[in-house]
Amino acid sequence: MGLKTAALKKSIWVFHVACSPCNNCDIEILDLLTPRFDVERFGIILVGSPRHADALLITGVCNRHVTPRLIETYRATAKPCVCFLFGACSCQGNVFKGGYNVPRLIDEIILEEDPNAIIVYIPGCPPKPEAMIAGVVKALSVL
Amino acid sequence: MEVFNYLVFPGFLFATVAGLLTWWLDRKVTARVQYRVGPPWYQTFADVVKLMGKEVLIPENARKTGFLLAPIVALSASALVATMIGVFNMNWSAGFVGDIIVFWYILTIPSIMLILGAAASGGPLSSVGSSREIKMLLAYEVPFIIVITMIIFKADTLSFGGIIKYQAGHGPILYSVSGVIGFIVALLCVQAKLGLVPFDAPEAETELGGGILYDYSGAALGAFKLAKAMLFYTLPIFMISLFWGGVQIGNGLGILWAVLKYLLIIVLITLIRNTNPRLRIDQIMKFFWGKLTLLAIVAFILSVLGI
Repeated sequence: MGLKTAALKKSIWVFHVACSPCNNCDIEILDLLTPRFDVERFGIILVGSPRHADALLITGVCNRHVTPRLIETYRATAKPCVCFLFGACSCQGNVFKGGYNVPRLIDEIILEEDPNAIIVYIPGCPPKPEAMIAGVVKALSVL
Repeated sequence: MEVFNYLVFPGFLFATVAGLLTWWLDRKVTARVQYRVGPPWYQTFADVVKLMGKEVLIPENARKTGFLLAPIVALSASALVATMIGVFNMNWSAGFVGDIIVFWYILTIPSIMLILGAAASGGPLSSVGSSREIKMLLAYEVPFIIVITMIIFKADTLSFGGIIKYQAGHGPILYSVSGVIGFIVALLCVQAKLGLVPFDAPEAETELGGGILYDYSGAALGAFKLAKAMLFYTLPIFMISLFWGGVQIGNGLGILWAVLKYLLIIVLITLIRNTNPRLRIDQIMKFFWGKLTLLAIVAFILSVLGI
């Protein structure tokens, strides 16, 4: 493991991509920054720009309007980066799967753009903050 | 010797380490203020090393040369000013006539490079950020120059070493009414120079998503962060040298006192940043051109009267 990877593992900057979520997952994400969980202990902070990010935190189902914007955001992220699919909707579509406005699932879209993308699934509706931390640990172990 | 001074101590390497540790202290104190645990001590080092190893994305409609040159110039200017302040503090007669004016303009170079780099990137959020940075630069320089002029008049010398020598003989400038007022004004100007809340309108994480730094990524962003970290180390030392007797290395417990003064200034800056909301750009300009300029002029008049 090189110095670069070691530093990357200690400092994950997250950009939150909201692909038409119901806001439930987003509230759980905010919990991570509060004193109870405080992910800044592990160097994880939220940033405002995809160009600064090491991880994309994607919530919601990806409808036709959002798809080009999601691809654009993925292209704007500096590689190497990890995609976290947060919540049942972004993992497999949840109850919206097969709906007229959900042509493709998010992992299909990202894998079409970049076949080597690292994708971590965090299921739940919404997932607990502990599940999110466990997901980050799993993602870091494959980097 | 000059190369050693510039690259190792007290220049690039030392300023980097000290600046990153200061930046960590700032984050840790912020976390404790918010009842959080906060990052471990190596956090800022990990951040910068990670940024250096990442891909540098260049936006489609960016001007490549200006975009990539700006962070390098900003970084070397910060290293230069850190070197000069360190060397002149160690050897009071090492300076030249008018070096305090040179300090003042080298200290503005990182801000100017941020403006140029953001303007060259061609993104809308960066442009808004750079226009705000220009306005803020014009705003905070006015009281800052008046305060520096006050010190020059008081010490009756244009050299940085001369000011420290004056304070060694007559006691620190801070221990007078005009000195205290000047110190408060300079502290707020330093806050704005570092781009910290309440004067972070150009960066505005929650509003512009990074503002002037929005389009930077990888090593270029890392260079800007390093330049800012170095300024975080340099500006408090600059304040100590101008107001509080400098870092007196040869003088017994001089270094210990200097470190305590330094920590006090850092914690003051951090507490200001944690207890204030972000000001709008027009409020920032009113604040600097109105109240603070008035305060600086009052300090100037008091110092002429000898109070």
